[in-house]
Amino acid sequence: MGRMLPVISRRDMLKQAAVGAVAASVVAHEAVGAATTPARKHHWGMVIDTQRCVGCEACVIACKIENQTPPGVYYTVVTREPLPGGGNDRPVFMTKPCFHCEEPPCVPVCPVNATYKRPSDGIVVVDYDRCIGCRYCIAACPYGARSFDFGDDYEMLSAAGDPISPEYKQYRVRTPDGSPVGNVRKCTFCLHLQDENGEYDRDGGRWPACAKTCPGHAIHFGDLGDAESEVSRLLRERNAIRLKEELGTEPSVYYLL
Amino acid sequence: MTLKRAFWAVGLFGLIPLGMGLYIRLTTGHADANYGSLVPWGLWVAQYVYFIGLSAGAFLLSSLVYVFGVKRFEPIGRLAVFAAIVSLLLALFTIWMDLGHLERFWHVFIYPNFASPMAWMIWLYTTYFILLVAEFWLLMRRDLVVARSLAGWRSFVARIAALGARNDSDESLAADMRKVKVLATIGVPLAIMFHGGVGALFGVLASRPYWNSGLFPIIFLVSALASGGALLTVASAIFQEGWREHRQMVLDLGKIVLGLLLLDVLFQLSEILVGVYGADPGYVASLRLAVGGPHWYVFWIVQVGIGLLVPVAILASPLGRDPRLVPVACAAVVVGFIGVRLNIVVPGLAVEEIAGLSRAVDDPRYQTNYFPSAFEWLITVGIGGLGLLMFGIGEVFLPLSRHLPARQNA
Repeated sequence: MGRMLPVISRRDMLKQAAVGAVAASVVAHEAVGAATTPARKHHWGMVIDTQRCVGCEACVIACKIENQTPPGVYYTVVTREPLPGGGNDRPVFMTKPCFHCEEPPCVPVCPVNATYKRPSDGIVVVDYDRCIGCRYCIAACPYGARSFDFGDDYEMLSAAGDPISPEYKQYRVRTPDGSPVGNVRKCTFCLHLQDENGEYDRDGGRWPACAKTCPGHAIHFGDLGDAESEVSRLLRERNAIRLKEELGTEPSVYYLL
Repeated sequence: MTLKRAFWAVGLFGLIPLGMGLYIRLTTGHADANYGSLVPWGLWVAQYVYFIGLSAGAFLLSSLVYVFGVKRFEPIGRLAVFAAIVSLLLALFTIWMDLGHLERFWHVFIYPNFASPMAWMIWLYTTYFILLVAEFWLLMRRDLVVARSLAGWRSFVARIAALGARNDSDESLAADMRKVKVLATIGVPLAIMFHGGVGALFGVLASRPYWNSGLFPIIFLVSALASGGALLTVASAIFQEGWREHRQMVLDLGKIVLGLLLLDVLFQLSEILVGVYGADPGYVASLRLAVGGPHWYVFWIVQVGIGLLVPVAILASPLGRDPRLVPVACAAVVVGFIGVRLNIVVPGLAVEEIAGLSRAVDDPRYQTNYFPSAFEWLITVGIGGLGLLMFGIGEVFLPLSRHLPARQNA
C-alpha cells in the first residue's frame, strides 16, 4: 500500500489562492500607504481671543473675498451670544472657522473618501471632483463648519465677470453647474497661500485671510506642533477652551476666555 | 374597479409634477430647494428613508412565506417581493435626485469608503436589489412560460421577460421554489443589515443627539416592518380584491401590523424617556421642535393621529374583524409613517449646533426653520405617483397574487 498524498481539490486550491491574494493585496496596500503617506510636518491651528474680538466681521468678509465664496457658503461666521444675565450690551463674539479636528467626524462618514485630513499638515479638505454632494459630512460635523454650494450667485458681481476662486490652487472659474456647485465646501486655512513646501509666510502676506485681516488681532494662526509658535505660547500662558470636547473630536481651534 | 381606476388616475396625474420637478432639478440643480447648510437634508431624504423602509419591511414579511413556509400568507408572497422592488426603486430615485452631483453616483462603487455607514448601505442595497430581482424572476418564471400561450401583447411581453425559459412542468416550479428559498434566506440578514444600516447612518452621528442612540437602527427595522406590512395589506386588498378573496389573510395581516406598530411605539417611548431624562440640550431642543415647533401638526396629526390612533382604534377593536376596515387602518399607517420619517430627519437637524449660528449671518441657507419648497413637493408628489403607476403596471402585466394554472397538454 503506497502512502496517500493529500489530495487538494480544485475548489480548495482556488479558495486558498483567493485568500492568499486578498491577504497579499491588503499587506501591499498598507505598505504602499505607509511608503507614500507624507510624514506630519505641521499641525496648523488657531487660537482665537474672545477678549479681543469686537464682532466687526471683517474676518467673514475677508474670507469671502479671498475664497470667492457664493451666497450661502461661509467658511467662517461670527456668533454673538449674550452672556447669561448680561443682556445684549456685552455679548460674546466668536468667529468660527472649521476647527480642522484631529479626529474629524466628517471624514469617516464620506461614502467616497472625498473629504480627508491631509497627512502632512492636518488640514481637512474636500476633493471637489470626487464629492457627490450627499451632505452626510454636514450632518456629521458638530460645529456647523460646512456649507453646501447651491449654485446661488451674488447678483451684483456679474459686472466683474465670473468669479475665480484660488481655493486649493485650482483657480476654478465659477459656472452654473460645474464643481464646486453641488459640492460641500469648507474652510481650508487658505492652504492655497502655502508655498510648494507647505509653509505659510506671515510677513509676506501668505497667511489665512481671516487672521491677516482681524483688526483687533483676535485670530492667531500657527503651528500647534511647534512649541515656539505664537499659538503654542498663548495656549501655555492663557486659559483656553475648545468647543464640545466631550465628542472627542480634538479641534485644532482654541478660544481664549 | 373604481378603486383601481382612481389608482391609475392618481398615478398618471403624478407624472406631471414629476416632469416639472425633473426639469427644474436638471436645469437649476438645487437652487430652488429650501434645505440649506444648517438643515442639509429635507423632504427628499425623509422620503428616501420612508420608501426604503417600505421595501425592507415588505421583503422581510415575504420571508414568512419563502423562508419560514407560512402557507396562509402565500397569496401576498409575490406581491411583497414586487412591492419591495418598487419601493426600493422609488427610494433610490429620490436619493439620486438629492445628490449634489447626480452624474457621479458611480463614485460610490469605485471610490468606496467602507468606514462610512452610507457606503455600507449603498453596497448592501445594491446586493439586495440584485437578489430581489433574481428572486422575483424565479417566482414569476413559470407563469411567464405559461403566459407565452396567451393571446396578443401579453405573450410578447412574457416571451421577453422569460429570458428563454420554456419549462412549465411542476418539477421546474418546485426547483424554482428551492432556489427562491435559498435567495430569500440570504435576503433576510441582508435586509436587516441594510435597513439597520440606514438607521445606523443616522444613529452614529454624535453631532446630532436626537439620532445618536443604539436603539436607532433597531427602531428603523421595527418601523420598516410595521409600514411595509401596512403597505402589503393595502396592496393585497386593492389588487385582486384581496379583502373578499383572502378575508382571513387580510385580518391576520392587520393583527401583525398592530403588533409591530405597538412595538414601534414602545421603542420610541423608550427613546424619548431616556432622551428627556438624559436632558441633552440638543436632544431636548429637537424633541421640542417635533412636538411643539412650527410644524407640530406633522407629529400630532400625521404621526400620532393618522399613523397611530386611527389604526389602533380600528385594529384593536371589533372593527378590526371587518376586512374592509383593516386595509383602511393600514392605509392610515402608510400615510402616518410619512410623518414619522419627516420627524426623524428634520428636527434632528433643525437645531443650532452652536448657539447663535442661525443668527450669525442673514442668509436663507443659514436658517433652522425648514419647510420644503414647491420644487421639492413636485418631485415628492411625482415620485409617489410614479410608485402608483409601477404598482398598476405590475398589476396588469404580472399575476402577482396567484400562480397561473399550467397548460393542460402534458
